[in-house]
Amino acid sequence: MTATTSDIDLIEKISGAFKKTADAKDNHRREALATFQKIGLPNSKTEEYRFAPITRALEKNFDFDKTGSSSDINSIEKFLIPNLDASVIVFLNGIYSKTLSKIVSPESELRISNLKLSIENGESTPYFQKYLANSADVFSALNSAFWQDGIFIQVPANTKVEKPLMILHINDAENSQSIGHTRLLVVLQEGSELTLIERSASVGANAIFHSFAEEIIVKEKATLDYIKIQNDEGKLHQVANSIIHQSNESKLSTFTLTMNGSLIRNNFNIAIDGEKCESHFYGLYLLNGNTIADNHTVVDHIKPNSHSNELYKGVMDGNSKGVFNGKIFVRPHAQKTNAFQSNRNILLTDTSTINTKPQLEIWADDVKCSHGCTTGQLDEEALFYLRSRGISHEEAKAMLLYAFAAETLEPIKNHELKSYLDDLISGRLNKF
Amino acid sequence: MLTVKNLRAKIGEKQILNGIDLQVNAGEVHAIMGPNGSGKSTLASVLAGREDYEVTEGNVQFLGKDLLELEPDKRACEGIFLAFQYPVEIPGVSTVNFMKTALNKIREYRGMSPLDAVAFLQLMKEKMKLVEIDQSLLSRSLNEGFSGGEKKRNEIFQMAMLEPKLAILDETDSGLDIDALRIVANGVNKLRSKNNATILVTHYQRLLEYIVPDFVHVLYKGRIVKSGGKELALELEAKGYDWIKNELAIA
Repeated sequence: MTATTSDIDLIEKISGAFKKTADAKDNHRREALATFQKIGLPNSKTEEYRFAPITRALEKNFDFDKTGSSSDINSIEKFLIPNLDASVIVFLNGIYSKTLSKIVSPESELRISNLKLSIENGESTPYFQKYLANSADVFSALNSAFWQDGIFIQVPANTKVEKPLMILHINDAENSQSIGHTRLLVVLQEGSELTLIERSASVGANAIFHSFAEEIIVKEKATLDYIKIQNDEGKLHQVANSIIHQSNESKLSTFTLTMNGSLIRNNFNIAIDGEKCESHFYGLYLLNGNTIADNHTVVDHIKPNSHSNELYKGVMDGNSKGVFNGKIFVRPHAQKTNAFQSNRNILLTDTSTINTKPQLEIWADDVKCSHGCTTGQLDEEALFYLRSRGISHEEAKAMLLYAFAAETLEPIKNHELKSYLDDLISGRLNKF
Repeated sequence: MLTVKNLRAKIGEKQILNGIDLQVNAGEVHAIMGPNGSGKSTLASVLAGREDYEVTEGNVQFLGKDLLELEPDKRACEGIFLAFQYPVEIPGVSTVNFMKTALNKIREYRGMSPLDAVAFLQLMKEKMKLVEIDQSLLSRSLNEGFSGGEKKRNEIFQMAMLEPKLAILDETDSGLDIDALRIVANGVNKLRSKNNATILVTHYQRLLEYIVPDFVHVLYKGRIVKSGGKELALELEAKGYDWIKNELAIA
């Protein structure tokens, strides 16, 4: 992989910015920066980023010489989910905000600490960077070098966290560009249960770059419901590297909703490193305007006897671009694996696109795996059928799109959350 | 109620209807018969507003309105109902929700207040009996995995719910066994009144044993070439469509 001249300039600029950061002398961060420089930023020939022109967007929209953007946001009301009684952790331009955060769960259920401190005192050492390597992705390395703030969340063994935990990333680009690097470490101890919601939101019209790295460890018999809401109306450029590591008999259900933003790239990996695990890996992208949303997912079956089911659906309008890349690995020992993957897309305009690529690599011989992807337009015959019963064109279209999209909401158990997502989705579909 | 004058329509470059004239009054049942490819289903589709067809000439008046000017949903609101030859399967939309939306749209158009959940369910139960359809079927996704007979019964159920002024049944008898045919016909007969009218599009006389028409029209090469009473259907059954073709060839 050779970097082009402009990539090299940008890498130098970013490296220069690193020297100004508070932790520039930290050895781990310097190593991460070296890895970042070694991998280099993706260009049009980089297979994994072929359809997500992130380097060009960074060059064009950001000045890495400038530091810290300020924010005077003092209310988060409009970013919350109505009627949902949840703990809320707020990051403002990548920095944890104590004043805006509110934890309603008792400490016996939910232990939250500053990630930097937990690394210093050794509390998070067994987990930090255990499963997310710097070398995995250039932006994972970038985040490891730059992360400004982070939290370490633990759910004690055999504890059910009654109220969901929502992590809210607010990017304030009202006065200037916003660049943030956030880090998250979550550990669900044996037999614990948590509903974790992450939402990114923005204010202001300037460009936003948000790199994001998270490691979530789901230990034996633990259950995690994880919902990611990417409904960012600003000029958000986000690269999120997320890994969820599962141990024996753990249950995982994820839902990623992407609706807005300039360029959203999710590298979302699930490592099924245990037997009798269940993983439901769902996603929905409803795109319009010039939004580019790229979901790169990996389901890695390392141990035998587990079940994974991945379903990603997308509706593209305007000039939007959707990308889905789904890798499933079934390692040699992972016999009796059931792994299913499906990606379905509807293109509403001639100028919208979808690039979808399923990749299955199976080394075990006694497994059940399937995958499929479809891309099409709205079914005209179905549209006519609904209209012939008195339903208007717009409403019939919204009904059909809703019927298409709603399946991805199935794994969500929390009623208030589900109804909020349902409203978000219906609202968008009525505008298509 | 319905006046069709010199209706001509094509799909792509293919001319299918070549000047249809038809008058349907309230209280009447008209059967449109004809060999395959004569334009029967096209006529039904054009009346319901399917956009694949282009009307090249003629006009259609429905209750004093220019039907061809109306969008398909507005036609339904005005009282047209098309029972599809091939009802569409729509995963993710239950018949119940679909019917509730449709019925309330039509009520709204007619200046009536929407039905609440209780009133709707009551109406639904009443109409379900008419076509002997089970509620569990209606709670499922629209037509998804339904048998041919179930789909056709669902069409008649929808017709019963929406109470159209003019129902157009496009080959509703095709693919039905004798029991399903009896149920469907029975439903249609119960819905007949002096205020509404029905157009039955069919290839076979069989359906007409159960739903007795007032008029029978024979469609051939996109024109109505023969009209008569119910006995015309029997004559067709006995002599076959070749009889019409030969008669036309001679003339």
